Amino acid sequence: MATETLTIGKALNTGLRRALENDPKVIIMGEDVGKLGGVFRITDGLQKDFGDQRVIDTPLAESGIIGTAVGLAIRGYRPVCEIQFDGFVYPAYDQIVSQVAKMHYRSGGRLSIPMVIRIPFGGGIGAVEHHSESPEAYFAHTAGLKVVTCANPQDAYVMIQQAIASDDPIVFLEPKRRYWEKGQVDLDAPLSDAYPLHSARVVRPGTDVTVLAYGPMVRTCLEAATAAAEDGRELEVIDLRSLSPLDLTAAYESVKRTGRVVVVHEAPSNIGLGAELAARITEECFYSLESPVLRVTGFDIPYPAARVEEEFLPDLDRVLDAVDRTFGW
Amino acid sequence: MAKGDPGGTTRSRRAAPRSKKGAAGDPALVQLLTPEGERIDSATGPDGTEYRVDFTDEEYRGLYRDLVLVRKLDAEATALQRQGELGLWASLLGQEAAQVGSGRALRTQDMAFPTYREHGVLYCRGIDPIMPLGLFRGVDQGGWDPNEFKFNMYTIVIGAQTLHATGYAMGITIDGKTGTDDGEAAIAYFGDGATSQGDVNEAFVWASVFNAPLVFFCQNNQYAISEPLERQTRVPLYQRAAGFGFPGVRVDGNDVLATYAVTRTALDNARLGQGPSLIEAYTYRMGAHTTSDDPTRYRIASEVEAWQAKDPIARVKAFLEKQQIADAGFFAEVDEQARRESVHLRERVLEMPDPEPVTMFDHVYPNGSPLLDEQRAKFSRYMESFEGSAH
Repeated sequence: MATETLTIGKALNTGLRRALENDPKVIIMGEDVGKLGGVFRITDGLQKDFGDQRVIDTPLAESGIIGTAVGLAIRGYRPVCEIQFDGFVYPAYDQIVSQVAKMHYRSGGRLSIPMVIRIPFGGGIGAVEHHSESPEAYFAHTAGLKVVTCANPQDAYVMIQQAIASDDPIVFLEPKRRYWEKGQVDLDAPLSDAYPLHSARVVRPGTDVTVLAYGPMVRTCLEAATAAAEDGRELEVIDLRSLSPLDLTAAYESVKRTGRVVVVHEAPSNIGLGAELAARITEECFYSLESPVLRVTGFDIPYPAARVEEEFLPDLDRVLDAVDRTFGW
Repeated sequence: MAKGDPGGTTRSRRAAPRSKKGAAGDPALVQLLTPEGERIDSATGPDGTEYRVDFTDEEYRGLYRDLVLVRKLDAEATALQRQGELGLWASLLGQEAAQVGSGRALRTQDMAFPTYREHGVLYCRGIDPIMPLGLFRGVDQGGWDPNEFKFNMYTIVIGAQTLHATGYAMGITIDGKTGTDDGEAAIAYFGDGATSQGDVNEAFVWASVFNAPLVFFCQNNQYAISEPLERQTRVPLYQRAAGFGFPGVRVDGNDVLATYAVTRTALDNARLGQGPSLIEAYTYRMGAHTTSDDPTRYRIASEVEAWQAKDPIARVKAFLEKQQIADAGFFAEVDEQARRESVHLRERVLEMPDPEPVTMFDHVYPNGSPLLDEQRAKFSRYMESFEGSAH
């Protein structure tokens, strides 16, 4: 078994390379994805090896990236579009929501748009405005789209390939502040045996409180779980991985044991993923709950200036504070 | 120095002339058939391209038949809406030549990306004309197979399809399907209003820099619902192409012959690998924007009458008569075919069944979704709870 230590960024790069090798219909397109290799170098070296007709530097217009990718998909291609930063996806919003998401439905199933829209998302890198946003709820709310995010190098490597192989249009959110984090990646395990793309995974078993997180917050919650263990509390951390559709099988099973739930995301709380999670858990686990489902999230403000983002973003202490509060009922 | 050129010792006004014909000024049209039915042997485009057609008598009669049929079927659809059988209809009345001329110029392998008004192009692609009526009746969302007929679904979001067409055309290039006479090309339909959309301008940029085998076919019907051309542009639309780096031409969109010639040339240039071009088919929307619209609120009758005199069908009929290509028997036979097909269309629309409610859950995702499976099951149980009652 060939395992290597890779960063999340390099794991994504390797997964993209594998997808380009395995299917001649896969093409990558976006701003600066060619010679530069993308501003985060996720497509580094791919144009050099696969040519500029398969790794396409596009004009600087996001709606154009997604709109032309729709046409390429109708033509039989599997476009993987890079949106450079979360805050720049909105010019493409109409194409994503009105065209990509609905094309299969409108055509009565005759057309499929097997597109992956890669978006580095979330904060924590000290960036200027529009570079640190968490737009997942907009897309998870849209019928016809699927939304996934990875939290470790192994998942990054596998999930990007699974997303590209899927005929569904998928928004693939990459936790940009975790791009440089390393982990072991099994490069040889066949994709067909891989853990299913739209399944959540328990990443730390526990008995006292269920913590639901995804993307960049998974690590934060794992650190919180380590700290809580020192205080004698065992947190069960679940990496949701798929934000649409949500896989809550493991979450329901967990909550029925723990009776307590904390949901953690960077995105603001109002009408966010946490609200949906709270509603569904309440419906499914009502008699098991010892406290309300608590949310630890960004605040309902525009993403703040970088010097205060640490206070905006959920961190270990805010997660532990919520864990404490679940015992207050 | 040409009149109106800035510079020198005088400054000319930069505002476009506000003539009755609009900011675009007098159209310099490519025309091969006058409104009176006189044939013009050839016409020259702004870049010096010579346009001509060489049709047999049978082909001339075929174009006339197409024009009459699409107008009649369109009128039938309008009537069906008025009788409550369709929720809405976007009539093509007045734009038959622009659609039949361009639609017949397409070769089998070419792919078209329509708006929601291209019923005439749809007809030329061999699609059953009842298909768009399902969309406007509300029983489906357009029922044809885009790949089978090389005619994509109608697109209602203004201009969005121009990017789809551009991407499709990029795919033609990547597939290596340009550079020969039997190469492929794509055509994107849109209107004058759409030229203000970001997507259309992005499509122009993309098509240009990727040299996409694509024809941008703009039917300038003078109005975007109520807003006249002056609200969209200060230059003739075909001249926009120059700034993007590809040729533009304005054709008499009420002249089926010229529209055919210009579109065929543009498509053939595209398939040979010479890149995109813009055609502005200068025409007029004789009816309302849709059946929900009331054009008397924003335009005057004399304007409509002036365009009536440029009717796309009357001029072909006059030509066929003058040249003795068709006789009274032919015209009567075409009218009878149109009547028959419109009656048939009506009968089939009235028989269109409403879809089963549970089918609304179908085809959301190629791979399905557990959330939808759950909702579908719950919905079915809920509906079944009414069994026996007249829900």
